[in-house]
Amino acid sequence: MSPAGGPVGEPEEETALISALRAGEDAAFEKLVRCYSARLLAVARRMLQDEDDARDAVQEAFLSAFRGIDSFRADSRVSTWLHRIVVNTCLMKLRSRRRRPETSIEDLLPRYLEDGHHADAPVEWSEAPESALEREEVRTLVHTSIGQLPETYRTVLLLRDIEELDTEETARMLGVSANAIKIRLHRARQALRGLLDPHMREAR
Amino acid sequence: MTCRELVEFLMSYLEHELPEAQRAEFERHLGICPPCLAYLETYKETIRLGKAICQCADDAVPNDVPEALVQAILAARRQSG
Repeated sequence: MSPAGGPVGEPEEETALISALRAGEDAAFEKLVRCYSARLLAVARRMLQDEDDARDAVQEAFLSAFRGIDSFRADSRVSTWLHRIVVNTCLMKLRSRRRRPETSIEDLLPRYLEDGHHADAPVEWSEAPESALEREEVRTLVHTSIGQLPETYRTVLLLRDIEELDTEETARMLGVSANAIKIRLHRARQALRGLLDPHMREAR
Repeated sequence: MTCRELVEFLMSYLEHELPEAQRAEFERHLGICPPCLAYLETYKETIRLGKAICQCADDAVPNDVPEALVQAILAARRQSG
């Protein structure tokens, strides 16, 4: 069995892996860990913003995946199944962390005059997104800015826009209403935009 | 519709959730207000950049797993039986 990284590709290969896991084969568990931990670690790092916590979360996720192997449904993908498990593990970790007071995002949101016009007129960014993406500086800026969002907003932005969960599922996972998710997501995107704006206006 | 209201409705607009009359007003405002158009564009670009950059990072590191982590997971599983 190849120890190489990267997800298992073919459905037949997945089926074989799942049967081997159900049979309790050590090699299958190792394959699962080697194939999927990089992606899961990336998700956990984004959500937890702490390397030790992220590694703990990945470890816990694999153990609970292994314990819950019988609940794996044949019609889903291994990668999707593991992804949900690590997201849930990270959310549990966030809940158990001592709550730090969150900074306000008000300063990052647009300001308006009394008549409802923009107080500082927004302008378009100077660089096309395709070329911006190629610059290391921009990639670092986006990562750092997501990390700067207060946890309440960062979590919703990550689950909805990055991990691509839908509103209902995000609401269920966070134990709040779908409407609260929509409001938070809109504010989170606006705050992230506010963090990127001064740099993107005068990129290059 | 004011600029403040337009920004408030922006996400619903992008998700096609605005009622027809409100949508028409939204678009009429956009047509005459360059700052709001710029806000809409940069808002969409923020989402695009976040998605693309996290996706690139995930694709770029398929083998970047700390061996210590792999070993710790395997050991934890042996312990948990």
